[in-house]
Amino acid sequence: MKPPTPTVLAAPDTPAPARSRTLRGQAASPGTALGEVVLLDDAIDDARFTPVEQRFASLAEALAAAAQQLEGIRNSLDPCDPARGMVDFQIEFLADPALLESADNPSSDLPAEEEVWRPIIEAHIADFDTAEDEYFRHRASDLRDIRDRVLRVLRRTRAPTIPALGDHAVVFAHDLSPSRFLSAAWKPTQALVLRGGSPHAHIALLARARALPMVVAVGAAPVGPGERALVDGAAGTVELNPEPERVQMLMQAQQQQTLQKALEAEKLYLPATTATGEVVSVMINVASLSELDQVNPACCDGIGLVRTELLFAQGVPSEEEQLHFYRQLLLWAEGRPVVVRTLDAGGDKPVPGLGMPQETNPFLGVRGLRLCLREPEVFRSQLRALLRAAAEGDLRIMLPMLTSAAELTAAREHLEACAQALRKAGTRHRTPPLGVMVEVPALALALESLGPIDFASVGSNDLLQYTMAAARDLPEVAPLADPQHPGFQRLMHILTESARAAAIPLSICGDLAGQPVHIPALLRQGLRSLSVPVATIGLTKLAVAAWPLRAPHG
Amino acid sequence: MNSVNAADSGQAQASVLLAHEGGLHARPAVTLTKLAKTFNARILLASDAAGPWIDAKSVVKVMAMKTRRGAQLHMQAAGADAAQAVTALVKLIEDDFVGGPP
Repeated sequence: MKPPTPTVLAAPDTPAPARSRTLRGQAASPGTALGEVVLLDDAIDDARFTPVEQRFASLAEALAAAAQQLEGIRNSLDPCDPARGMVDFQIEFLADPALLESADNPSSDLPAEEEVWRPIIEAHIADFDTAEDEYFRHRASDLRDIRDRVLRVLRRTRAPTIPALGDHAVVFAHDLSPSRFLSAAWKPTQALVLRGGSPHAHIALLARARALPMVVAVGAAPVGPGERALVDGAAGTVELNPEPERVQMLMQAQQQQTLQKALEAEKLYLPATTATGEVVSVMINVASLSELDQVNPACCDGIGLVRTELLFAQGVPSEEEQLHFYRQLLLWAEGRPVVVRTLDAGGDKPVPGLGMPQETNPFLGVRGLRLCLREPEVFRSQLRALLRAAAEGDLRIMLPMLTSAAELTAAREHLEACAQALRKAGTRHRTPPLGVMVEVPALALALESLGPIDFASVGSNDLLQYTMAAARDLPEVAPLADPQHPGFQRLMHILTESARAAAIPLSICGDLAGQPVHIPALLRQGLRSLSVPVATIGLTKLAVAAWPLRAPHG
Repeated sequence: MNSVNAADSGQAQASVLLAHEGGLHARPAVTLTKLAKTFNARILLASDAAGPWIDAKSVVKVMAMKTRRGAQLHMQAAGADAAQAVTALVKLIEDDFVGGPP
């Protein structure tokens, strides 16, 4: 592959038809790339005219086989790849019994499966194609992808792929099915230009995840293979055979943008300090490993809250599965603390396979630690995994929904029993610090009643709604769930004072911590450790830096 | 959660505002149907209280509703775990589909 330098264009032996022109389309994925045009044939459905050798016993069987292919694709994707969402949707769609409901005769041989399949799927495609909402119109392409995959299964032909591409290939295609897009290993130095398509199509999302510059809807203007193309994915333009000055300008602009981003990133990596120079710890809340992929651990002081409910979303995970998850978190944190909250499930957050209590008001029922104490086997397997992971980093255990000292004692007994069993078995482990999440108002009023405890963290979402007796997410009563209410402020004051008196390190990991409007009040209360959603790290640091507004006696 | 009305036995209904950006599109629809399938109760969804009601466990039908952001989603469930099912689905929608099955 030729290096993408302007001198190549200016060379006297450059072939003649290097006419400069610009194609205008829509921006689909930002980034700039300069390279050679590769035309992709539109073999979207080359299965259509292939002779049939062997028919599937039933359409249902073909759908299952197509779903199985998709499972294979899904398993090959990175866990944080947005393509998983699209593939998951296709798998669920194929597995839905409702799909074949409209079929006249889904299981017999007449009419042929293909003739049964086409009207079914085409009806769904047409339904999405004519949707008012643009987003839903674009789902039609996911369904065409399903249609063609099933047709290929029925006809036993292979899926169209993409030929090997050079590092600076600018690929032109009419449209691209997500499956076909996924068959190539794209690089940010390449680019994708679609004559049709939409910036809302799934493959635009996939391109963005891969930092692949992409422009869509450039129209049918003729483009020859091997022409040089400068793709500006943010502007939505494709310049063919650009002037050398133009190339230089764009490349410079890109460098400047990179520099600007670096400056912003630099701010993000500075420790959070108040206007008076006090350092505040800013940690993050996470529920899955994929959230961490875009985050450099250096921009925070650790993970202040790991929600473990996602781990249990498909049923109770094995101890080893959990251990793997906690290890990955510690690896990511590079020595920074990782506070793992034990399973916080309940009637409102059920775990498949775990008998959930029948309650009219699950928010005041068997949830959080209460549920763990009722399900000691589940609790102990989590504690064992945590004890083992703790040997490998600064892991800390946090108990949710704790109300009384007796519950803490019971939880601690489970932890000690697990540690003892691991010791006996000669399994590497460490007993980590044990803390509590303060969500129950009675505990906030009497934190010291727990006796010695390694740390506490305010779960402000539940603490606020329990204190105000108002759900934050119910429009009619949400204004009542006001953190600035004197009652809640007094509760927070009592809590912070008693934590200080008992020398219990206190942090906050609820939504309040990441809301700039509430941060001054939290800092005024004496909180110096905030755990916030990943997206609000920078915002939180800025709010901390702006506090106090003026010198206390100024 | 006060929006959930659980009658004396095995029946529950609720109405919740769909705030998710882009509406009830592919990913949230998959998350919702997967969660619905963890319950035994029969769960129905509608974007209009007068119906038509569709099976909340069918991604084909949930997607066909094409519910947009800002719409009111109505649900009703019948079965032993109807109340939990409705509570969990309301919570999922209110939590903007964070924390549901992956």
